[in-house]
Amino acid sequence: MTAGYFYSILEGSLLSIQVALGALVVAVVLGLAGAAAKLSTHQPLVWLGTIYSTIIRGIPDLVLMLLIFYGGQIGLNVMLESMGYMDYVEINPFAAGLMTIGFIYGAYMTETFRGAIMAIPTGQAEAGLAYGMGQTRVFFTIVLPQMVRLALPGFTNNWLVLIKATALVSILGLPDMTYLAKQAGAAARGQTPNAPLLFMAFAAVIYLVFTTVSLVALRQLEKRYTMGVKRGNF
Amino acid sequence: MQFDVIFTPDSLRLFGAGLVGTLQILIACLLIGGALALPMTLMRVSQHWWVKGPVWLFTYVVRGTPLLIQVYIIYYGVAQLDWIQSRWDDSWPWTGFKDPFMCAVLAFSMNTCAYTVEMLAGGIRDTNAGEIEAAHAMGLSKWQTLVRIVLPSAMRRTLPAYSNEVIMMLHSTSLASTVPAVFDITGAARSIYSDFYLPFEAFITAGLIYLVLTFTLVGLFRLAENHWLAYLKPRGR
Repeated sequence: MTAGYFYSILEGSLLSIQVALGALVVAVVLGLAGAAAKLSTHQPLVWLGTIYSTIIRGIPDLVLMLLIFYGGQIGLNVMLESMGYMDYVEINPFAAGLMTIGFIYGAYMTETFRGAIMAIPTGQAEAGLAYGMGQTRVFFTIVLPQMVRLALPGFTNNWLVLIKATALVSILGLPDMTYLAKQAGAAARGQTPNAPLLFMAFAAVIYLVFTTVSLVALRQLEKRYTMGVKRGNF
Repeated sequence: MQFDVIFTPDSLRLFGAGLVGTLQILIACLLIGGALALPMTLMRVSQHWWVKGPVWLFTYVVRGTPLLIQVYIIYYGVAQLDWIQSRWDDSWPWTGFKDPFMCAVLAFSMNTCAYTVEMLAGGIRDTNAGEIEAAHAMGLSKWQTLVRIVLPSAMRRTLPAYSNEVIMMLHSTSLASTVPAVFDITGAARSIYSDFYLPFEAFITAGLIYLVLTFTLVGLFRLAENHWLAYLKPRGR
C-alpha cells in the first residue's frame, strides 16, 4: 500500500520534469528574444522588453500563474465567443502550467542573457559585420558561442529556481509529485504512520536529487565552456 | 473588465487585510530568519567540519527543495505528528504548531535563513586578508576582529544580494495562501476570484499591489545602499 503511493509520487516526478524542461525551452526562447529586444536600436522594442522583464519579475509566480491559468481560460472563451464559436474550450492545465512558468522565467533569462551579451566586446560583432556577415549570422556564429560561458552561472541559478517553481503547478490541480504527495498523505492517514510528513519528505528528496544532478551536470558544462579562459589569480 | 467590483468597500477591506497579512508574514520571517542566520553564518565559516557541516547540510536541503514543499512539510507533516499534537495545547514552543500563521512563518523563516546564511558567509569569505592581518597586528582578539572589522564590511557587501532576497521573500509570502486560515494579498485575490469569478480583476489588482511593494523595497534598499555603501560610489565633482 505504502509502496504504491511512493511509486505514484515517483511517476509524478516525470510530469514535474516534463513541465520543467518544456518551460525551460520557452524561457530560453523568450529570454533570447527579450535580450535582443532590450539591446535593439528600435525604441518600441526596448520598451517592450523592459516592461516584460520588469513587470514579470515584480509579481509573485503564484499570482501570475493564477492570473494566466484562470484568466486565460475566460479570456480565450470570450474571444472565441466573439468570433462566433460557441463551444466552451478548456485549457489543458499541463500546457498552461508549462507556458506560464516558461513565460515567467523568460523574464529572468532576459536579464541573464542581456548581461552576457553586453559583456562581449562590440568590436567582435563589428568585425563580423565588416567581413560582410549578416546580423543573424553574427549573432549565431560570434556572439552566441561566447555568450554561453558568461550566461552559464546565471542560467544555472534560473534553472534551479525554475525546477523548484514547478511545485506550484500542483496548485492548478496538475498531478505533479507535490500534488500526489499531498493526496497520498491525506489518503494514507491512519494506515501509514505519519503519512503526510513521510510522503512530502519523499517528494522533497526527489527535488533534492534533481537539483543536485543539475548542479553537477551544469558544473561540467561550465568547465567545458571555460576551457580556454585564463583566470586572474590573487 | 469590471474593476468596479474591486473598488467596493468590502473588496478594498479584503485587500487591506491581505496587505497587512503579507507585511506581517514578511517582517516576522525576515526578523526570525535574520536572527537565526547570524550565528549560523559564523558556524558556516568555521574551520571545523563538525561545526560547518550541519549548517551546510541545512542550507543545501532548504535551498534544493521548493518552498511550497517546505510549507506543506511543516503544516501538513510536522504539525500533524501525534508527538507534536499531544504537546501543542500547553507546552511552549510546540503551541506554535497549532497556529497556521506560525507554521507558515516558521517555513518562510527557515527558507530565508538558509539563503541569508550562504550570502553572508560569501561576504565574510571575501574579506580582504590584509584587513584581518592588520587587525591582528593591532592586537585585536578574534572576537573583536569579527565584530569590528569582518562583520561590518561583510554585511555591507551582502546588502545588494540581500535586497534581492527580501524581494524574493515578498513574492514567496504569496504561498501563505496555500495554508488554510492564513490571509495575505494573494489570498484576498483568490477569495474575490471565487466570489465574483473575475480572475483578471482580482489577480491584476493583487499583482499591482505586489509591484508597488516591490518598487518600494527597491527604493528603500537604494537608500540603504547610498548610506552604507557610499564609500564605494564614484566620487562626483
